[in-house]
Amino acid sequence: MTQPPGLLELALTFNKIALASFGGGLSAWSREVVVVERKWMTEEEFLSALTICRILPGANQINLAVFVGVKFRGIAGAFAASAGLIFIPVLIVLVMGWFYFTYSKVPAFKNVLHGMTPAAVAMTFAMALKTGQKCLGSPIAVGLFVAMFVLSGVVRWSLPLSLAICGPFALWWGWPRAGKEKA
Amino acid sequence: MVGLAARGEGEGVSPKTILQILALFGTLSMLSIGGGNTVLPDMQLKSESNGWLSPKQFADLFAISQAAPGPSILIVTLVGYKAGGTGLWGVLGAVIATVAMIFPAGFLVYFTARFWNSAKEAKWRKAVERGFAPLTVGLVLASGVIVARSADHSYGEWILTAIATVIFTCTKANPLLVVGAAGLLGWIGGMYGWIHP
Repeated sequence: MTQPPGLLELALTFNKIALASFGGGLSAWSREVVVVERKWMTEEEFLSALTICRILPGANQINLAVFVGVKFRGIAGAFAASAGLIFIPVLIVLVMGWFYFTYSKVPAFKNVLHGMTPAAVAMTFAMALKTGQKCLGSPIAVGLFVAMFVLSGVVRWSLPLSLAICGPFALWWGWPRAGKEKA
Repeated sequence: MVGLAARGEGEGVSPKTILQILALFGTLSMLSIGGGNTVLPDMQLKSESNGWLSPKQFADLFAISQAAPGPSILIVTLVGYKAGGTGLWGVLGAVIATVAMIFPAGFLVYFTARFWNSAKEAKWRKAVERGFAPLTVGLVLASGVIVARSADHSYGEWILTAIATVIFTCTKANPLLVVGAAGLLGWIGGMYGWIHP
């Protein structure tokens, strides 16, 4: 990255992320654009920001836009990125809501959605695979990954509780490796 | 001049309703630890007790917010739209609800992000980044599984998911094209009953 993005670029980038996410998969789209395409964050920086944004109250993806915006342009960047993320989607949702309340039926997109949701889920799985290849280089890292997946995805414990259990181990493992190249 | 209230939406939105919208979403904003989905049950109950939405309507709005691009938290936009009485006053309700849902949590994120940036070279930040990366990968995989389950995946959809995962992982295909193709398949599949019986 040569120079930090301006406000307009932040807004347009997050607008692009939002509009691409038909059927879901916003986290995967954010990573695709922020890490792979724009190289605004490293893989680890992005992943930790994502978890911080999940711990904090608020919608995860809006939080992430605020987080990225603040990194480059402070509070103005936060406004630009989050406004870029939601402005067009709010308009779209309002039109759909108007349609729903006027004709009292859900717009006929159900079958299209049934195709798009699997693709969005697939993007999320692919993100787990790609980031996993980079971050899961040791048995302990794999153990942390499995523990978090089981607690959050299988047992369905709440995020604060799952993190309270896994977080200390993650820090204990990460501390001696902080800032070093991958083993 | 034609007043807003003359557009057939009754009296417009009352100050009491605006305060109700602000109070509800401002509170839910700070309570939504772990993401917006965690406060959906509360949001549904309050929307019903405030007389804004029936449970069926709430479920329909949830489906709409899921289908639309962008963050699914935009269900609050729709709840605000109905609370304001739909029409132009509804748009005011929608904007107030959206802003009330974003701002309180947004400020918390803002201060956290500033603190995080100021610790750019700190060892503890690097330790968190290194240590939390595997945890986040676990969380991401979990969220995929949870969505797949709640979206009521049929066999056809699981096959589509598997194929798309391979494409995303092994090729450099434009994800938008893949999502679009999957939507098209869903549409055709729906007509012939492959995807949903």
